[in-house]
Amino acid sequence: MSAARPPTGETKIARPVPEPSIDSKPYWDGLKERRLLLQQCGNCGLVRHYPRPMCARCHSLEVRWIESSRRGRLHSWTEVHHPFVPALRDEIPYVMATVELEEGVRLQCQMLDADAAALRLDLPLEIVFREVQDGLVLPFARVV
Amino acid sequence: MAASLNGRAAVVGIGETAYLRGSDRSALALQLEASLKAVADAGLEPKDIDGILPYASGAAVAEDFITNFGLEDVTFSATTPMGGASCVAAIQAAAIAVATGLCRHVLLPIGRRGYSDSRVASRVAAMPQFHVVSEFETPSGTIAPAQLYAPMARRHMELYGTTADQFAEVAVTMRRHAMLNDNAIMQKPMTVEDHHASRMICDPYRLFDCCLESDGGAAVVISGAERAADTRRPVPILGVAEGHPDSPSVITQRPEITRLGLAKAAPRAFGMAGVRPEDVDVAEVYDCFTWTVICQLEDLGFCAKGEGGAFVEGGRIGLDGALPVNTHGGLLSQAHIVGMNHVCELVKQMRGEAGRAQVADAEVGLVTGYGDLGDGSLAIMGAAA
Repeated sequence: MSAARPPTGETKIARPVPEPSIDSKPYWDGLKERRLLLQQCGNCGLVRHYPRPMCARCHSLEVRWIESSRRGRLHSWTEVHHPFVPALRDEIPYVMATVELEEGVRLQCQMLDADAAALRLDLPLEIVFREVQDGLVLPFARVV
Repeated sequence: MAASLNGRAAVVGIGETAYLRGSDRSALALQLEASLKAVADAGLEPKDIDGILPYASGAAVAEDFITNFGLEDVTFSATTPMGGASCVAAIQAAAIAVATGLCRHVLLPIGRRGYSDSRVASRVAAMPQFHVVSEFETPSGTIAPAQLYAPMARRHMELYGTTADQFAEVAVTMRRHAMLNDNAIMQKPMTVEDHHASRMICDPYRLFDCCLESDGGAAVVISGAERAADTRRPVPILGVAEGHPDSPSVITQRPEITRLGLAKAAPRAFGMAGVRPEDVDVAEVYDCFTWTVICQLEDLGFCAKGEGGAFVEGGRIGLDGALPVNTHGGLLSQAHIVGMNHVCELVKQMRGEAGRAQVADAEVGLVTGYGDLGDGSLAIMGAAA
């Protein structure tokens, strides 16, 4: 038989941290300044997320960064009860929200002060910021 | 119009190790054992293998099989990195290779120690297809597939009224089928109440909505139609396809998060096979989670979008139902061998060798793969001659 392992099925990895790329660095730098930046195609104006090099509509590699209104609606969610990594054990239960922003793109983030039983599709939300560990600022969603 | 692969390739051999929670064998040893069984099942010898399609995110590469089998001239190797859709997508790649004459007999092996070694959170973190999720979603607390896929199920419930009772119907049916299978890990009966009492992992997924973590190996051999005629019991491949959803690397940005890549693959595979969903006698459907089965039944065309919950009610997907699903117990109750166990089970059904789970007079069957945030694959097979 195999060696003993944690009965919960947790994986022994720390809280995952992002590794920004050349394409995404402005997004992460924006979060540090408490700004939610989105890519807009420098040619046709289409807004896209998550950051990537090319516009799928016109194939331009030109990018400008715009600041999101931080307003959106709840597209879906899950209330997490199993931490999967020990670093998140103290945070459960937490709600992960899929937020549809006014700009037409979505992002996924944790909710603050969420009552999972009261959640419903299209609930109005706003994006706020929290520094979860030194130098790592993440977007969070809150019911308006 | 794409060239048809209908009738040009066949699954000629299948092999499975014992499926376990806890193995003292390496993942490579497990798939070598399964591969030897598959080759022998076909009536071939290892030296006959000249193509290898190992699991892309697994513990072995083609070279390991060349080395351990002592193969002298492998003419084709590739991988199909699509997570849980990989094994069935590899059937398409293998069928192309044997249909063109690039090689004669292609081995599709997989082996893993999913229970004893790496758990799912660290496995997906190591997959290059997950790089977008890893950078932008994992830091916020989405670590594992259960969390990535739960919002798809939640939205389906909110839009269409799909219920936890319908999830339970899938879980309970898989368990009932597993109890007919001597090589299934879960042998204890499960009721709807048991399902509802299992602990919440991430809403709406409870423990019994989630697949197992298992140790084991499985393999199949695929040959061209002419070569297959000389093997023991070839099962013809009638149609095969893969499909990638919009926004394939991240679910969050997908226009419709309750529709999978399988919805694109299904019309192609059914068209190639010249059959319709109502012609299917048995379906082995990739069941990493209960809702994933419901969604795939919709995307396969067995019912309209939103009707999958009602479709699985009333015993329809049980062995005595109109569409028996996962006659071996699936990933939920047999074992998680990334769906190669589903491929092996379909071949048994098409040969009439599925034991107590045999579907009477099965003439057309299908097997799906689902993984990598929504990729889909589908193979349709006919009865062995």
